[in-house]
Order: sequence, then structure tokens, then C-alpha cells
Amino acid sequence: MLDKQMDNLIEKTPKKTNQISVFSKRKRTFAITFFGIFALFAVSAIVANYNILSGFESIPKAFAWMAGNFIPDKKALSRLPNILAKLFETALLAVAVTASAAICAFFFSLLGTKTTKAPPLVSRAARIAASFFRNVPNVVWAILLLFSFGQNILTGFFALFFATFGMLVRMFIETIDEVSSSCVEALHATGANSIQIILQGIVPSSLPEIVSWVLYMIEYNIRDSTLIGILTATGIGYLFDLYYKRMDYGSASLVVICIVILVITIELLSNKIRKVIM
Amino acid sequence: MRDLSFTAPTPVSLDFNKCMRKTKSGKIKTAVKSKSRSAIRFTIFALLGLAACGFLTFDYKDIELSKALAGTWNNAKALFGQPRLNHSSLPGALNALYMTISLGTLSTIFGAVVAFFGALLCAKNIANPVAANIVKSLVAFIRAVPTILWVLIFTIAAGLGSVAAVIGLTFHSAGYLVKAYAESIEEMDSGTIEALKASGANFWQIVLQAILPSSISRMAAWTFLRFEINFINALAVGAAAGAGGIGFDLYMAGNHYFDLRELGFITYIVVAAVILLEMLSTKIKAKVA
Repeated sequence: MLDKQMDNLIEKTPKKTNQISVFSKRKRTFAITFFGIFALFAVSAIVANYNILSGFESIPKAFAWMAGNFIPDKKALSRLPNILAKLFETALLAVAVTASAAICAFFFSLLGTKTTKAPPLVSRAARIAASFFRNVPNVVWAILLLFSFGQNILTGFFALFFATFGMLVRMFIETIDEVSSSCVEALHATGANSIQIILQGIVPSSLPEIVSWVLYMIEYNIRDSTLIGILTATGIGYLFDLYYKRMDYGSASLVVICIVILVITIELLSNKIRKVIM
Repeated sequence: MRDLSFTAPTPVSLDFNKCMRKTKSGKIKTAVKSKSRSAIRFTIFALLGLAACGFLTFDYKDIELSKALAGTWNNAKALFGQPRLNHSSLPGALNALYMTISLGTLSTIFGAVVAFFGALLCAKNIANPVAANIVKSLVAFIRAVPTILWVLIFTIAAGLGSVAAVIGLTFHSAGYLVKAYAESIEEMDSGTIEALKASGANFWQIVLQAILPSSISRMAAWTFLRFEINFINALAVGAAAGAGGIGFDLYMAGNHYFDLRELGFITYIVVAAVILLEMLSTKIKAKVA
């Protein structure tokens, strides 16, 4: 009798737990993901005409070359004042772009957020405009502006401005929706008008996050301005491109070192500020 | 000991004039002075001051702003209003788009693999502090060099083409993902790791059985985000370093043929791709999470 029951149990157990155990399921998921990624890799390598072997070969080759040639020499040091002047200009440009884009983006995000209850049509238009500026790559803005502005610092300014504006509007809207909605509701209940709500509710509650995003964008724009500079022949990017094309690699390496020091300094500084304000 | 049963009744009328802190003009103070508030104020004023300083010292080279803006407006109308391909065909442009997407994919995959091991070396909860600091400073350095410069540097060693583009893009995305992955690993429950350690699991068992399953969804989200960035970077690198793909087509249309309509058409292809990729990654993120 007992034996029969046991037999039944043994027979029934596999049927009862028909699903596969957690571990084998996990293994299967991993295997599928792994092969999926491998297939994606293979297709991409074929489409991009990417040679895996020469790819791996090039890394030690590049570092050996850098150790030999990509080091500032005497000629490079004589160019340091010029490099620092351009670097300073680029840093100021990044701050100027981000600050002015942030001011415009703040007003746009007030229209776009749900908390201010702007007319839906206006709010929608603000969101669409921002996403347009965000999704058109800054390479396109740079090329477009080059037609009328020529090799001018304003070409770089506006190319960075449009992209920064689009990104900041999105970040600000998300921040305001997340941080301010409860205090806006409370202010609504007390009968505050919309200007009071913005000045007493939205601004104080979302300002730390907004400042943090602005600091992040400054860092981002300094790196991006190198690219825009190469495209539009302005700023520090142009200087690098000039030395690079003249094969004056010593000076080009000094430009890279200066950029690295600037970016890391700004990163450390903004991390410090973030720690205090958040 | 004080007898708590006989507390004095609370006074009904408080003297508000004494309780409230007031400003000089007699208004009630609602804000509290704090370190963070003054830091925010200081940061904002410093940034505005630097921006003003920039605007005053830039070398504008006597540009006529209104004329240039009007010209740009007209060009923008031609670019966005009348897109047309003149110098290349639609299949050619789409091929270039696939090429750019592939460059982005390859550098994301390479970057993710390198970053996974890098993150294991520098996540606070599993790594050796000395190794973590070394990896972190190395990563900070790698991230501080703009992507385009990595590509140009590798162009010298590997020649112009997809190899230089992929390796250059990989450097930056690995640097970015190490930081993101390490944060995902640091967010996980420390109890799991301790329990596995106590049961005698070795490092790789901890990684495969605890860290990977619990942080893979966050890592996947970061990876897709990085893929979007890598696509845009691949585009930029194609334009500025001549590394091929649709970025190079943009560069040719704008700076070689001076053809705004062609530039507009390619821009629309790129924007459509960006929006599609964003939708795809949102979908995958929702599935993974």
C-alpha cells in the first residue's frame, strides 16, 4: 500500500512540476542571448567590413605608436599659450552655450510639463519642438550653419546650442514632472496663481536637479565642441585638426592632454558641487 | 522624576510676531538659509558670469548676425522643406545607414564586454580597493578624451576605415559603461554576495549566480542607451574623420556638393533611424526589466 503510494508520488512529481527548473531556464536564456549577440556581431562585422584580426592587431600598434610619437616635444611647448587660449575659449563657449540653452529650455519645459497645466496644444508643440532639436544630430546643425556663418565661433555656438536646448528641455520636463508635482498640487489647493506656483513651487524644488543637469551638459559640450570644431574649423577642435593634418603629433598630443585636464577638472568640480546641493 | 500627568495646557494664542522670522520689509520668511541653497545660488551666478564673460570676449570677426541668421533660416527651409537625393540613390543611402548602425553595434558589443570585466574590477562591493582606484582613474582618463580624437589617433595606426572607427568608439563606450555597470553592481543587495561567500562560492560563481542575474536588466538598459549614443557618435565620426557610413554622406552633401536638399534627405533618414532605435530600445527595456 505504502509502496504503491510512493510509486504514484514518484510518477506524479515530474508531471506536477511540468516547468523546467530555474537554473536550466536561466541557462537557456543565457545561451539564446549569447547566440543572438554573436549573430548580431557577425552581421554587423560583415556589413561594416570590419576585420576582427586587424582590429585586435591595431590596438598594441596604436599604443606603441602613441608611446613613440604622441608625446609633447619642445615645439609643442612653444605653442602652449596658443593652445591654452583656444582651450579657455572653448570652455567659455561650452558654459555660454549651456547657460543660454538652459534659460530657454527652462521656459520651454514650463510649457511642456504637466504640472503647469499649459494648454495641451501649446504643451504638445513645445515637446515636439524640443524633440526635433534633440533628434537632428548636431553634425547636421554644424554643416547647415557653416553655410551662412562660415568659420565663426557663432557656428559652433549655435550648433551646440540647438542640441543642448533639445536635450535640456527633455531632462527639465522629466525633472519637473518628477520632483515638483506634489508641491504644485499643494500650492494649487491654497489658491496660488501660476506665477506664484512657478516661483515658489517649481523653481525651488527642481533647482538642484536642474543645476546638476546643466553641469553635466557643460562637461558634455566641452567634449562635443572638439567634434564641432573639427567640422566647422573653430576652437580647440580646429587646432587639433590643424596639428594632426600637418603631422605635428607632438603639438596634437599636447592639445589632447590639455582637453583631458580640463574635462577631468570640470568633472571633479561639478561632482563637488553636486554633493553640496543635492 | 517629573510627573508627566500634570503638563500645563498649551497656550491658545501664540505670539506670532515673536515666533516668525521676518525679512527686513516685514514679510514672513519662508525659505531656510542653508549651505545647499547658497551653493546653488553661487553656481548659477558663477555660470552666468562666465557666460557673460564669454559673450563679451569671443572673436566674432565682424559677422552680421541678422544677415547670417536670415541666411540660415532660408537654408533650413530648403533643408527641411525640400528633401531630395541628387548625388546618391536611396539604396546607397540606406546601405550607408546600415554601415553606421553596424559600427554602433560593434562598438557597443566590444564596449560592453570590456566594461563588464572592468566593472567587476571596480565595483565597491566586490573589488579590491587598490585595483578599483586604478581602474577608476584609467576610466576617467579614457572618458575625458573626446571620441573623435580616439578615432583620429587610431586612424594613424589602423588606417582610415571601420577598424579605426570601431576601436575609437569602443574606447569611449567602454569607459562610459564601466561606470554605469559598476553602479548597477553596487546597487545590488549585499546579503546575496555575503551568503554565497559564506557557502564557499568562488569569485566566478558569485559573478555568474548572483551579480549577473540581479543586475543584468539594469546593465541591459544602460547598454541600449549607449547604443543610441554610439549610433550618433558613429555618424559624427563618419562626418569628421571620414570613417564612412551615413555620416560621411552628410559631410559630402554639405561640405563637398553644397547640396542642402540632399543634406535634408539624409537628415530625415537619420532622424527616422534615431526615433526607430529609441522606440526599439524602449520596447526591449520594458521586456527585460
